[in-house]
Amino acid sequence: MTSTPASAPPPAASPSGPPAASATPEQPSRARMTASAARPQQGGRASQGRPEDLTAVLVAGPRPPRPSALSVCLTFGWRAMLKIKHVPEQLFDVTAFPIMMTLMFTYLFGGALAGSTTEYLQYLLPGIMVMSVVMTTMYTGVSVNTDIEKGVFDRFRTLPIWRPAPMVGYLLGDAFRYTMASVVILAVGLVLGFRPGGGFMGVVAGIALLVAFSFAFSWLWTMFGLLLRTEKSVMGVSMMVLFPLTFLSNILVEPRTMPGWLQAFVDVNPVTHLVAAVRGLMDGDWPGGEISWTLIASGVLIAVFGTLTMRLYNRK
Amino acid sequence: MRTDTAKHTEPRQHDGPAIETSGLVKVFGDNRAVDGIDLRVPAGSVYGVLGPNGAGKTTAVKMLATLLRPDGGEARVFGHDVLREADAVRSRVSLTGQYASVDEDLTGTENLVLLARLLGHSKPSARKRAAKLLEAFGLEEAAGRQVKQYSGGMRRRIDIAASILNTPDLLFLDEPTTGLDPRSRNQVWDIVRAVVAQGTTVLLTTQYLDEADQLAGRIAVIDHGRVIAEGTPGQLKSSVGAGSIHLRLRDGAQREEARSVLSQTLAAQVQPEADPVALTARVQGGGTERGAAEQAALALAELTRSGITVDHFSLGQPSLDEVFLALTDHPAHDEGGQADGREPVSRSSQNGHDAEETRS
Repeated sequence: MTSTPASAPPPAASPSGPPAASATPEQPSRARMTASAARPQQGGRASQGRPEDLTAVLVAGPRPPRPSALSVCLTFGWRAMLKIKHVPEQLFDVTAFPIMMTLMFTYLFGGALAGSTTEYLQYLLPGIMVMSVVMTTMYTGVSVNTDIEKGVFDRFRTLPIWRPAPMVGYLLGDAFRYTMASVVILAVGLVLGFRPGGGFMGVVAGIALLVAFSFAFSWLWTMFGLLLRTEKSVMGVSMMVLFPLTFLSNILVEPRTMPGWLQAFVDVNPVTHLVAAVRGLMDGDWPGGEISWTLIASGVLIAVFGTLTMRLYNRK
Repeated sequence: MRTDTAKHTEPRQHDGPAIETSGLVKVFGDNRAVDGIDLRVPAGSVYGVLGPNGAGKTTAVKMLATLLRPDGGEARVFGHDVLREADAVRSRVSLTGQYASVDEDLTGTENLVLLARLLGHSKPSARKRAAKLLEAFGLEEAAGRQVKQYSGGMRRRIDIAASILNTPDLLFLDEPTTGLDPRSRNQVWDIVRAVVAQGTTVLLTTQYLDEADQLAGRIAVIDHGRVIAEGTPGQLKSSVGAGSIHLRLRDGAQREEARSVLSQTLAAQVQPEADPVALTARVQGGGTERGAAEQAALALAELTRSGITVDHFSLGQPSLDEVFLALTDHPAHDEGGQADGREPVSRSSQNGHDAEETRS
């Protein structure tokens, strides 16, 4: 890139003269004039916008007031929905995967554990719904991790908005995915013979609690998404966390037959309480204790991992 | 021209410089990416930050745009500290990063509507603003396509459009034309000129000298995380010399003689070129009483008197290329360099000549 005097100035630049003339604060009007003086020369460039438009569009008028935190979060949620629209393949893990899980475990354990698959399904379905959705939460971490490397995150971080909003936006999009996975599993269950005693309201309440918990739990993954360097390591860590949390619980079997030390873990595992609450709700009980336990656990998860996530986000 | 700018009455509350830094430092492991930068960027102009890859330009911009925390020193944007008053800074700046700072999965329209909504526009107003910008930037046909399908020039334009949804007081453009073809580059330049004409301050980083020359009112040359020279393009150029005389002789055999005549007349460096009949002489700036053209005329007369036939003669301004190479090829001379960026000119002028000598 040599700049011999002959080759350097582009055709449109020559009228604006020496660069020193390009708008010093004292002479805004002159700068404006040179800018517009350059205009007629651009007529030949067809695909570029008309220069008058360029100037007009820059006169943006008064700045709108700063948006509320809620509205910003919803806007980021909208972004997540747009991404689903453009890359619908990402719904695979909330459609095919849950169906596979439900069929697999129902027919694998049904006969052995409960005598018949239909019997077992009454017990298993709320649990397998929790397992599938909780396992899906880790994709939040993966998408944060892949996204953070892209330039668009730099732009979000330079906007004068409520700081956690981009993260909350992810989770709102994910809440949609969790709901979808739950509905898919419910549909498969109903086809296979699952008959919830709690009726419509019980099922809706159960799914709502599950989605709320998963929203809170996802902050663990936003944290890992920001903390770990690669997508692969996020996957690796998520397996280490998710397998014990989901299998060492009351999802597949009653904990009665487990050794004492294992029961001790199962009892404090938040997933156990979530499953008990969802199972109860779908059965038509309103297990107040288990519901409160789950909600408190959700609050603690947000407080701890939400804070850590934001700390990492601000430091990144 | 219906450029009714009377509407643009937004008050600019801060009278001081747009950017002011002192001793700004950022360290990554062993690498002092930014090693004590002092800058003073006047409001309302294009300020060029010129440097090779890895000089610390992007790191410095990221600190000023509140994306990175400085490890030392201070930086203020319109009087607001980038660390303690980050939010106030964010509300006045926009950043167009080196890599597309828009969402590649989304369409052009979706990107602009999304960002306009985040900046507080209502849905209808965001749509209107997005459509207007897409039109003005010649992107209306691509509005419904995902940005990942855009060409390099289109990406740059959508990126800059995203930065001026609300006209910012300060716009960071980090290497806005790197990798663009000349046509797209000219389009970006036009946009930059229009933006600055509306009163926005632009901090432009670039590794292209003609770009800084074309756009910037002042330039800071950065190398190894330090400012090694600062001034107007004119000052930087005159630090290397007032200009260069290029000669083509009729007879290559006379070149040595011509060379000695020229060095006596001009008291300057004269270099033979690869072309066996060509010579380049640097005309001294500043110190001498005579202007460059006058000196050149004198030299030409002297050559004629010595019986040397000159076929072709031209007097050119030194390019920023020469300034740049002169300054950056010799990091050893920058020791304790012009970190304050105040009076680098005389100093760098010396560097310039030394560098020229050894380089060729």
